[in-house]
Amino acid sequence: MDHVDGNALAGPLSELFRFDLTTTDGQCRHCGDVTVLARAMVYVDPSGYVVRCCSCDGVLFTVVTGPERTWLDLSGISGLQIPH
Amino acid sequence: MVGRWHVGTVVSTNTETPTGRSITFDVPGWTGNIAGQHVDVRLSAPDGYQATRSYSIASADSTERVQLAVDKLPDGEVSPYLVDDLQVGDQVEFRGPLGGWFVWKPEQQQPVQLIGGGSGVVPLIAMVRSHAASGSSVPFKLLYSVREPDDAFFADELRALEGPLLEVTWVYTRKTPDGWPTPAGRVSQEILARATFAAADNPAVFVCGPTGFVETVATHLVALGHDPISVKTERFGGK
Amino acid sequence: MAIISRGFAGRSREHNPELPPGQYLTEDFPVLSAGPTPDLDTAEWTFTVQTENGPTKWNWDELHDLGVEDVHTDIHCVTRWSKLGTSWRGIPLDAIFDKVETERDFVMQYSYGGYTTNVPLEDLLDGKAWVVSEFEGEPLDPEHGGPARLLVPHLYFWKSAKWIRGLIMQDSDEPGFWEQNGYNMYGDPWQEQRYW
Repeated sequence: MDHVDGNALAGPLSELFRFDLTTTDGQCRHCGDVTVLARAMVYVDPSGYVVRCCSCDGVLFTVVTGPERTWLDLSGISGLQIPH
Repeated sequence: MVGRWHVGTVVSTNTETPTGRSITFDVPGWTGNIAGQHVDVRLSAPDGYQATRSYSIASADSTERVQLAVDKLPDGEVSPYLVDDLQVGDQVEFRGPLGGWFVWKPEQQQPVQLIGGGSGVVPLIAMVRSHAASGSSVPFKLLYSVREPDDAFFADELRALEGPLLEVTWVYTRKTPDGWPTPAGRVSQEILARATFAAADNPAVFVCGPTGFVETVATHLVALGHDPISVKTERFGGK
Repeated sequence: MAIISRGFAGRSREHNPELPPGQYLTEDFPVLSAGPTPDLDTAEWTFTVQTENGPTKWNWDELHDLGVEDVHTDIHCVTRWSKLGTSWRGIPLDAIFDKVETERDFVMQYSYGGYTTNVPLEDLLDGKAWVVSEFEGEPLDPEHGGPARLLVPHLYFWKSAKWIRGLIMQDSDEPGFWEQNGYNMYGDPWQEQRYW
């Protein structure tokens, strides 16, 4: 299975966020690159997603969906700019 | 509307390619979508098992009709069902419309370059349809790469829409039509240089298809001088 | 309440008594990944065990010289597929730990590319784990973790790190990549220990 891109997250993240994360600019904690999250590389696993910086491949965030909970680790993002 | 599932009922299907078909759904409560958006389709089996996949929307209007076009993956779990089994009257669930980045709106003023591989043409045809319906006078170019002529989605419609505001370039990677002036081959930097808007034209660029295709094309476009940020990409996975 | 899609069944999900709970059988070998496949050359490849006494490092040939054996086993992925009767070839962790002195009881596996996963040392010894470089008689494909990966078949397969680079001995059971993100610290498929 190859990777896809941040566009694929629009649906799953719509369950968690009120805004479209894929049109949001995020800053990568590892390399400092700021870009819209639709451009991130997304590795898809039936249990979860690993989202990586398109510039340095560092992990931006992960989403793991369990039967009763979703675990979201945003520690690879040092900031988000959310348009109004 | 965020995160809500709508029920869609199949009203018609059309065979597009040997492994693909377009499917039109009636979705009560659907308020339309922007060209380029996608939906998540969820299927539920009687024992409670569910599978969800994303598909780009081929239609772009504000009616309650949603058209998708699906290519059957050889080891797929959902696509074989959608292409081979789904019948008029059957139901699936939709979440969407989704995605605000890989979209084209009629208010946009830049020339538009669309590049699609295989079923990657689906969000691009939504953009072509939106453009035609809006009366926008912005010029569009579409470069569509398929293995052989029968593998093209919406081929007749694209041919009918060709004109002063839509230029279509066909690239055949495995087998060309009879009398085709060039041999079969993949999209190359030379073909892109010849058939697409130059970086200096400041086009809005949309590239969609299998991951390998999208990344190869995007690399060529950057080599031709396009700013990476202005080349919007949507990867379907795969080579 | 989700509506049913007529005629949809999904992948074959027969219950097979040989399988752990919640698993189904597969004939192919799905590729699941948390990141890009690293491009590795065995000429530059090394394997290191880091203990409280310092590191012990082997290159490709040196590690294989410790002794290679055949392994036939079943594997179980947390995403519900199981594959029965797989064959591998590799170096048992027992042979590696014969050359290492440590008082520590826990291990962090780490991979080229940055993946990590934790496991108690006793789950790597007594014939329970290998560093494998061959699958079904062929060199291990990069997509499946080649040139070498850990094989710890009695636990869910995310505990068998692909592109293995080494092991770090730990005093306590610290969580690795997926364990920090909702996956179980131990991962016994027979007790269905998938999540926290």
